Amino acid sequence: MITLQHYLVLSAILFTLGAVGVMFRRNLIVILMSLELMLNAVNLTFIAFSRYLGSVEGQVFVLFTMVVAAAEVAVGLAIAVAIFRQRGTININDINLMKW
Amino acid sequence: MNGYLPILFIFLVATFIGAAIIVLSTLLSRKNWTPIKLMPYECGMDPIGSARRRFPVRFFVIGMLFIVFDIELIFLFPWATIYDKLMIFGFVEMLIFVLVLLVGLVYVWKKGALEWQ
Amino acid sequence: MIPIPEVDLGGILPALVLCVGGLIVMVAGSFIPKRAVAFSAIVSLVAVLVAFAVNSPLRMMNRQAFSGLISLDPYSWFCNVLLLIAAGITVLTSVRYLTDDGQELYEYFALLLFATAGMMFMVSANHILVIFIGLETLSISVYVLAGLMPTSPKSREAGLKYLILGGFSSAIFLYGAAFLYGVAGSLSLPAIAKVLQTGAGGKTALVGMGLLLVGFSFKVAAVPFHMWTPDVYEGAPTPLTGYMSVAVKAAAFAVFVRVFFAALGPLQVDWTQILWVLAVLTMVLGNVAALVQNNIKRMLAYSSIAHAGYLIVGMVAGKEAGTSAMLYYLLAYTFTNLGAFGVVALVGRKGEANVMLDDYRGLAASNPVLALAMSIFLFSLAGIPPTAGFMGKFTIFYAAVKAGYIWLVIIGVLTSAVSVFYYFRVVMKMYMEVPEKTPAALQFGPAMILALGIAAVGVMYIGIFPTTYLDLATESVKTLF
Repeated sequence: MITLQHYLVLSAILFTLGAVGVMFRRNLIVILMSLELMLNAVNLTFIAFSRYLGSVEGQVFVLFTMVVAAAEVAVGLAIAVAIFRQRGTININDINLMKW
Repeated sequence: MNGYLPILFIFLVATFIGAAIIVLSTLLSRKNWTPIKLMPYECGMDPIGSARRRFPVRFFVIGMLFIVFDIELIFLFPWATIYDKLMIFGFVEMLIFVLVLLVGLVYVWKKGALEWQ
Repeated sequence: MIPIPEVDLGGILPALVLCVGGLIVMVAGSFIPKRAVAFSAIVSLVAVLVAFAVNSPLRMMNRQAFSGLISLDPYSWFCNVLLLIAAGITVLTSVRYLTDDGQELYEYFALLLFATAGMMFMVSANHILVIFIGLETLSISVYVLAGLMPTSPKSREAGLKYLILGGFSSAIFLYGAAFLYGVAGSLSLPAIAKVLQTGAGGKTALVGMGLLLVGFSFKVAAVPFHMWTPDVYEGAPTPLTGYMSVAVKAAAFAVFVRVFFAALGPLQVDWTQILWVLAVLTMVLGNVAALVQNNIKRMLAYSSIAHAGYLIVGMVAGKEAGTSAMLYYLLAYTFTNLGAFGVVALVGRKGEANVMLDDYRGLAASNPVLALAMSIFLFSLAGIPPTAGFMGKFTIFYAAVKAGYIWLVIIGVLTSAVSVFYYFRVVMKMYMEVPEKTPAALQFGPAMILALGIAAVGVMYIGIFPTTYLDLATESVKTLF
């Protein structure tokens, strides 16, 4: 039997993986993917709670999260392309004109 | 349950035959590799250059536009399921939504992001 | 039959006006190749003024719209006024900056209007979904704005860093919201408060509260979640830095207050302790780090971190006295910091060539009025009477003393004494030192003069006659509790 706890643990693991990815990966594209992973972990939590509570509000929230995440990634990719054109790299360690 | 036994039997036999063909042909065949045999199969055409090269940055631009305009469709699905019940109210709401998207499209067009020079 | 949701466009009209203004700028700007910036600036100013006018009925309202998603009350009114002032002054200070490169970056104004509209939805939200959408409308616009300058690698870098850490904090905020949803079964602020009042939720509610707190701390740049601030503020175009330090911070604090008092009020004992620690860390680190900066934008960035600390003191003090003091402080800070960044943009000249503290040497001799204005802004930031900054700090610390947080106030006063040192360093450089070589003359535009004039008069006026504004702030927070 798969219970609410299973989903919550899974999404907590995914969220942590995403957070660790954002903090420790150096490639910009991978960082953006990790951000997506965090948001999708949140979506999973919402859906699990929504199913458990029998309320539709969580599902509505997920629709909006997905759209916002897409917009954010589109902007992220745009900035990545712009930086690549200027410097020929998207390694975070090389993007350090200012102190991090 | 007994009625399903033949199916299990067929399943096992099929698995055995399939595995046996692959294993035996790997073990018994003569290996005589030539460059032509090693070429990737692309529907019979000779491949041109390596498949792992950098894509022009225009693909990213098109990709970004695709992500944004594609994902907005998500709002059309719930709307479409109850379209007949929302009547004129829902229609006007969605019209405004699509109009706002259209403004974005006009902007992208005027900026020349859709040109492929 | 599905009930048609009630539509109350009148209540959200100010934000709608800004959205329409932004769309007009986007379309019309791309059809006029020449003078697009001037045209867009005028459209934006008109939109801001119209929004200002249609915002005034909100002051008398106290109701909810859109099935309880939006709450129209004096608190929304006050925050909207504040955000519109910030947007208006930013439009004025940005005009010259955007044509310097010979590029017509009219998109700047569209994004600025969208960001302001997002903030206005955010501050009048009564539901975490609306807060989230407003927050992201604002954040995504500001990510692009920060990275907008095509010739400046620093600007691109600032946009990137803001995007990564902003996205990170949004995800944390959302995760907290998900836990609160699990506890309450709804994300409407009153519904959450109702469930928490019964003592339900326990650990899950605390986890949700903690994650929301971290998310908001990122947005308002409270230590230890401040590390993006100096870099982003340094790299972003200067007028926008002023806007970020004022409007984004004000909107984030306004929502912070609304969520934590209106929805998480029953957990006040728990979050007050955490905020106490955050306030101390933020005030101390912000002020101490500002001491050693040589770049004025970085210095003002750390100073804005320190000011976030003072504002958190207001939240710790709590309830009506603390929150109304915060609103007054935010109003004072709006005029002060926008003025200071306006001067920095003006002195920075083309492409921000002059943003070091040494570039302010002898400014009083070459431009006495400008140096006087900058001194007023710096005095106000330092909290010296009779400026608005003094009254702001005074009311916040007074509320905290009354609530019994004596130690917090002692630390606050000590750190602001430290801050006097680095603000005065700039004043000393302007009045006492001479430049090594004569710098090029400054390019005053009418828009910039108007913006700096409004800011300077505002700082002095609400500092000398604070009663009206303090009363307004007190009146505005009444409906929150």
